[in-house]
Amino acid sequence: MKILIKNGRVIDPGNSLDKICDILIQEGIIQEICAPINTKADRQVDATGKIVLPGLVDMHVHLREPGREDKETIESATRAALKGGVTSLLAMPNTEPAMDTPENIRLLKKIIQGSALANVFVTGTITKARKGEELTDIKKIKKEGAIAITDDGNSVDSEGLMLEALKRAKEAQLLLISHAEDKAFSNKGAVNLGIISTRLGLKGISKESEYARVERDIELAQKAGTKIHIAHVSCRESVEIIAKAKKKGIQVSADTCPHYFSLTEDAVLGYDTNFKMNPPLRTREDVQAIREGLASGAIDAISSDHAPHTENEKEIEFERAEFGVVGLETELAASITQLLHSGLLNWGELIEKLSLNPSRILGINKGLLGKGLSADLIIVSPDKEWLVEKRALASKSKNCAFLGQRLKGMVEYTICQGQIAYEASSHQGAGQIV
Amino acid sequence: MQWLRKDLLGLEELSREEIEFILQTAESFKEVTTREIKKVPALRGKTVVNLFYEPSTRTRVSFEIAAKRLSADVINIAAESSSVRKGETLIDTGRNIEALKIDIIVMRNNYSGAAAMLARHVKASVVNAGDGWHEHPTQALLDIFTLKEKLGGIEGLNVSIVGDIAHSRVARSNIWGLVKLGAKVTVCAPKILIPPAIEEMGARVTHDIDEALKKSDAVNVLRMQFERDEQNAFPKQLEYFKTYGITKERLSKAKKGIIVMHPGPINRGIEIASDVADGENSVILEQVTNGIAIRMAVLFLVSQANENIKHEDTD
Repeated sequence: MKILIKNGRVIDPGNSLDKICDILIQEGIIQEICAPINTKADRQVDATGKIVLPGLVDMHVHLREPGREDKETIESATRAALKGGVTSLLAMPNTEPAMDTPENIRLLKKIIQGSALANVFVTGTITKARKGEELTDIKKIKKEGAIAITDDGNSVDSEGLMLEALKRAKEAQLLLISHAEDKAFSNKGAVNLGIISTRLGLKGISKESEYARVERDIELAQKAGTKIHIAHVSCRESVEIIAKAKKKGIQVSADTCPHYFSLTEDAVLGYDTNFKMNPPLRTREDVQAIREGLASGAIDAISSDHAPHTENEKEIEFERAEFGVVGLETELAASITQLLHSGLLNWGELIEKLSLNPSRILGINKGLLGKGLSADLIIVSPDKEWLVEKRALASKSKNCAFLGQRLKGMVEYTICQGQIAYEASSHQGAGQIV
Repeated sequence: MQWLRKDLLGLEELSREEIEFILQTAESFKEVTTREIKKVPALRGKTVVNLFYEPSTRTRVSFEIAAKRLSADVINIAAESSSVRKGETLIDTGRNIEALKIDIIVMRNNYSGAAAMLARHVKASVVNAGDGWHEHPTQALLDIFTLKEKLGGIEGLNVSIVGDIAHSRVARSNIWGLVKLGAKVTVCAPKILIPPAIEEMGARVTHDIDEALKKSDAVNVLRMQFERDEQNAFPKQLEYFKTYGITKERLSKAKKGIIVMHPGPINRGIEIASDVADGENSVILEQVTNGIAIRMAVLFLVSQANENIKHEDTD
């Protein structure tokens, strides 16, 4: 299959490229880029007025399979990913069973092989069953194909164990991703601790529960002489701690999610559980700090923290409802709306956060458009507005924090491994997975 | 003024005018309760369901009497005996109750926000009879009604609320209501029982009970909920009584004529001394009486509003 993309504005910060040109794809590979190409192709796509970008690399996704296929499957999640312009994603290991043995990872990779519609990379856990008690066999987990370890959803409470984990991660040359949360401080809370938790009569999750653990984990990584990645940063203090550590030359990277730079805790005032996530939505001041952190480079990447839950787990009393929101289908548009159209980031900077930087952090050969590379790219209408609607979501779960919002920026085509994997229909509507 | 809300979920969302309108309506219903025949046909043919997920006698009975005095039929559902135990969700329970063609659901629930959630899913009126730590609007309304009756008005009054503010829906509803009506509210408790940023709701914070009482026209004494002390962090009962308990001795140094309120049930010798609870400053039993008038007013108003909404739907 030969695909020719004509006249798009091709933006690839990894190659310092931003110009209108053509791309030729054949046998899954980018054959030619940035010359006027006049050849006959099986499929020619007119990208005039559109932006051509490397496909998104989402480094924080809960696929739920194996174990909770009622929430999401690898197939449904990757379908949602393609619709959102995500061509590569990193699967979190808190499945049932958790990815804490080479056997479990092997099983997961088998399912991926059979049903994934996009590139799926896998992680293993730091400790067995994510209990924070006993380390997993990190080397074997790596050998089985995991590209990072994390106990996501939990932090490793024991300082000694965390230090040991970092040392072993260094030995194995594996990235450790920290879910920074001291549960003693988050105190079974449901929303950010402050005026909103007071008004709602809900237990609050303090910012300290996050930033104290960010600080500790960075210190431990420094002690172990290795790098560390901080997931889903939500508050000002964490941004400051990470910025300071970077200044000192410590190898720390961090990501945040669209809800943390788009929404404040005020969203929770109606007890809508689609605004319940962990860490929780914070204050206006924190949202501002996250935006500034993205602009300054303190925060390297944007991930979705896609966390599907069934209606039964969300349409209940706020305190009882599960934490988390789906985000694969909205992360690009939310980022374009909030960060690009506001003038905070330009296209190059934006796609760095969404694609190039996460690829570099994970050490994978993605996030670039270059001759000879696997063709993972998207074609986007930058100004096209669309309404986020439950019924149009491809994910099995509909717990999206952006429901009812109009977002700017629409994926027209997603090309994954050289194939047109998603195509928005010419009419208004859901689009087709090809 | 016309009442437009089909539900009463809290005082936070009400305007001053709306609160005053309920109080006004309650005044005329209070008159009814002094008659020989204490019943009016205002809700004849309507059905009120008391759906109580937490044990409660006084609030449930107060709503029941209020509904009966309005000639409504009343059904009481206690969570212990219902299918909630079998795992039914609140929304399903609500929809099933509604399928019985009832008009008003009065709900007490241990989860904050439960009333709002139920109201979103049923067409019947929902009256919040206490949701978690969030709000208990009819309690605050009857407190305010009693205060107004005793002191003539609310504007400019100094009112202290003493006790476990953090876990109190009564405190939250009282703060919203009193502040909207122009009172100055002080909350007084040990630090651990003051929720964060409560000042932003318009309340002043003090930890000194004598200082609070000195300026207060009224003090609302909350029940200490020792059963909520999961982390064993609350002051011990005796210690609490010494530091925050309302005693005769403390009242002698307080503002003259200070009114003592309590939402009940009272813990004698813990947050309030017996001789104060039964003493001349106490209006505790009058609060209970006024509760009926307030709840009659609320049931009447939400039912009327819902009638209007239904008519608009069919127009």
